[in-house]
Amino acid sequence: MIFKYILKKLLVGLFTIFMLITLTFTAMHIVPGDPISDAKAMSKEIRANLEEKYGLNKPITTQYIIFLKRLLHGDFGISFTQKNRSVNDIIAGHFPVSALLGLLALGIATFGGILFGSISAIYKNKWLDTTITLLVLLGVSIPSFILAALGQLGMIEINEYFNLSIFVVGGFDGIHSLIVPALFLGLSTMSSLSSIMRSSMIEVANSDYIKTAKVKRLSSTRIFFKHQLRNSILPIITFLGPGVVAITTGSFAVESIFAIPGLGLYFVQSIQQLDYTVIMGLTAFYGSYLVLITILVDIIYGIVDPRIRLGEKS
Amino acid sequence: MLKLNVRSVARSILLLFIVLAILSGPCLAVTKPKKITISLEWEPPQLDSTKTADAASYKVLGHIMEGLTRFDKHSNVIPGIATHWITSKDSMTFYLRKNALWSNGEPVTAHDFVFAWRKVVDPKNASSYSFSMYPIKNAEAINTKKIKDLTQLGVKALDDYTLNVSFETPCAYFASLTAFSSFLPVKESFYKSKGEKYAADANDLLFNGPFKLTKWNHGAALRFERNEKYYNQSQTNLDIIDVPYIISEKLPTFNLFRDKKIDIAPELDKDTYRLAQQQGLQLIPFSEGAGVYILFNHDKSKLTSNLNLRKAIAEVIDAEEYVNKIVALPGNKAMHGLVPSCMPGAKLRFRQEFRLHKTKPDLQKAKLYLHKALQELNLSKPPELSLLIDDFRTLDAEYFQYVLRKNLGINVKIDKQIFKQRLAKANAGDFDMVYWLWGPDYLDPMTFIESLLSSWNPNNVGKFYNDEIDKEIKKAQATVNAAVRMPAMANSEKMALGQAALVPLYERAKLYVKKDELENVIMTPVGFNPNFTQAFLRE
Repeated sequence: MIFKYILKKLLVGLFTIFMLITLTFTAMHIVPGDPISDAKAMSKEIRANLEEKYGLNKPITTQYIIFLKRLLHGDFGISFTQKNRSVNDIIAGHFPVSALLGLLALGIATFGGILFGSISAIYKNKWLDTTITLLVLLGVSIPSFILAALGQLGMIEINEYFNLSIFVVGGFDGIHSLIVPALFLGLSTMSSLSSIMRSSMIEVANSDYIKTAKVKRLSSTRIFFKHQLRNSILPIITFLGPGVVAITTGSFAVESIFAIPGLGLYFVQSIQQLDYTVIMGLTAFYGSYLVLITILVDIIYGIVDPRIRLGEKS
Repeated sequence: MLKLNVRSVARSILLLFIVLAILSGPCLAVTKPKKITISLEWEPPQLDSTKTADAASYKVLGHIMEGLTRFDKHSNVIPGIATHWITSKDSMTFYLRKNALWSNGEPVTAHDFVFAWRKVVDPKNASSYSFSMYPIKNAEAINTKKIKDLTQLGVKALDDYTLNVSFETPCAYFASLTAFSSFLPVKESFYKSKGEKYAADANDLLFNGPFKLTKWNHGAALRFERNEKYYNQSQTNLDIIDVPYIISEKLPTFNLFRDKKIDIAPELDKDTYRLAQQQGLQLIPFSEGAGVYILFNHDKSKLTSNLNLRKAIAEVIDAEEYVNKIVALPGNKAMHGLVPSCMPGAKLRFRQEFRLHKTKPDLQKAKLYLHKALQELNLSKPPELSLLIDDFRTLDAEYFQYVLRKNLGINVKIDKQIFKQRLAKANAGDFDMVYWLWGPDYLDPMTFIESLLSSWNPNNVGKFYNDEIDKEIKKAQATVNAAVRMPAMANSEKMALGQAALVPLYERAKLYVKKDELENVIMTPVGFNPNFTQAFLRE
């Protein structure tokens, strides 16, 4: 039964990716401009030479079919802006850094969200709760790149004040230089998760089985960790899917501010430069992995909450 | 019982000290390598000099390769691989130094230049900068496939160290052109041995410049180290240039500079300028030599093809006010002609030999032009015109919108586009006015005159076609005699301004901050910036 569930999700996912690729390809070619134009205009002949070299003088449908054929071989082609790197090389070279950053951010966001949400719920309506709620509001409203830019400035001020390099302000020099960027990247997701955790915890606290546990005089620690937490976490898991999306898209700006050589930066630049091959390659890549994450989250949800799994059976 | 032999203990301690002294001796004698740390704005797209000549790649290539000539800090052309050259009307002969070596020990010869230049014009190579070679005989014919034989290109190695260039048209500025990255030499045997992988990574390149590229982590970091095979070791003062960051954003770059992680922040914008001022940092402007203009669309279907309408608009735009109030960064200067002040004339600078008068906007005159234009165009009220501009120049766009509406009642529709779309629309003629920047390709006023005014240059996106001006330009291109060329170009400029072909705004400068001890960083209008080949760290 689980097998049918997963298979159906995968097929729908595949179709989604196909539509994504086709729509992106179309949009990319409709937009005026092309990868080879530059600030210095070219004569007709020079342009013709370049178009011939890159196959841009063929009709769009032919280009699309060539692209699909290459895609089936896992070949996204060579970047127009970085003429010596294949798109596969770019992904292989930069995705690990982005993935690490994203995982750290997700970890911080999830841990922080659960922690602050729980504290907020336990001390409901006391000053701790109010403070956390206020910070959550800021975290959700202020975009991650503004927080990141301000944070970077703040860290420099602190570094200068103590005349030491306490904080790593940019660059990628190993995992420790990703901690601060990951914090800023995950901040808004952490805020959302915190808020969700709080309401979920409060709702669960009022439920019958918790009241029963209290009546049975079970220790509050046992109640919290064995019953309350596990049930409150369900909405968090649902939110993880969109959370990953938010962190992935947020990474574009954070990578740029902290000079982290990740994939997000390439994605933004490829669109600005209309680098056809990189745009298509990264769209297919990001699309696939986000669809996969969403399917994964659904599966995890099914595992954690037997009701969902059993519900599908009927 | 253990008898402590004092003498033997003392002897052992003495021996220990002697050993330590010997070991630390060499360490004390070795000097620390002279190193600077910088950042790059972009990952260099292309280190194959025969394919393109974009600024980001040039920044790297300029440090690891050297062409026939180079620029000194005053923008004078000085010997590079060539020690001297002889110019005539139809040809030029370069005499190469005999001690220039590639990083693998092989000598740099005239054949390396011949091979590279043929590659640049080869249509199969599809170089976007092949037009820079067009002054050379048959270059355009080969590049446009009219001639199939590459050896017909007007460049020959008379012997290993003598290069002869024949011209298609006289080229007075050819010496400064050869400093450019598309004219760099390439060792044919090495190029062919690498095939598709040439210039793909640090070890797929040969270096004949002051530095060699020892590390290239794509998109992340680079490292330059002293090239011991370079013929002028005493001129190179730095041992290492480390590039651990590639960031295009100005604020994070400046933040890294403040955090002492990099030694120079090479370009400040308004926000970082303010921050730098607050910090009391020394701000250094350098005139980039680029001109900024508003181009009109002269196509007959557009209203801006009307001379009086253009004159009215040109009259109300106050370049001084624009530079002072809107651009508002030190170093930028209002411009009243097409050619910026750094371009050379016959003996002095072009702008000094052909002075232009600064005039304040005359509102009455402008209104009269507008009135005539409306009559000629059969319009009852001032038209609406579009201004094509980059998406990050909102303030500039709104300024011009305000000026035109206040003084002429012309409504300007701001057409903000990101880079590629702005290029596409400009090339397609889809605009009434376009905010345009032009940086010099070589050190001569012709780069501005021809690109902006000639009917045959594709960069003349406004399609301003004027037979008289074309004739003057051709006159200037038919000789190397400055006494003929400079006045002809000045005349073209004067006629173009009389026709309100475009509205000059300002010549651009860049502001930068650097570590105090870092000296002799070269910044020139033509050439790669910043240039650290002669930089040093003050003790």
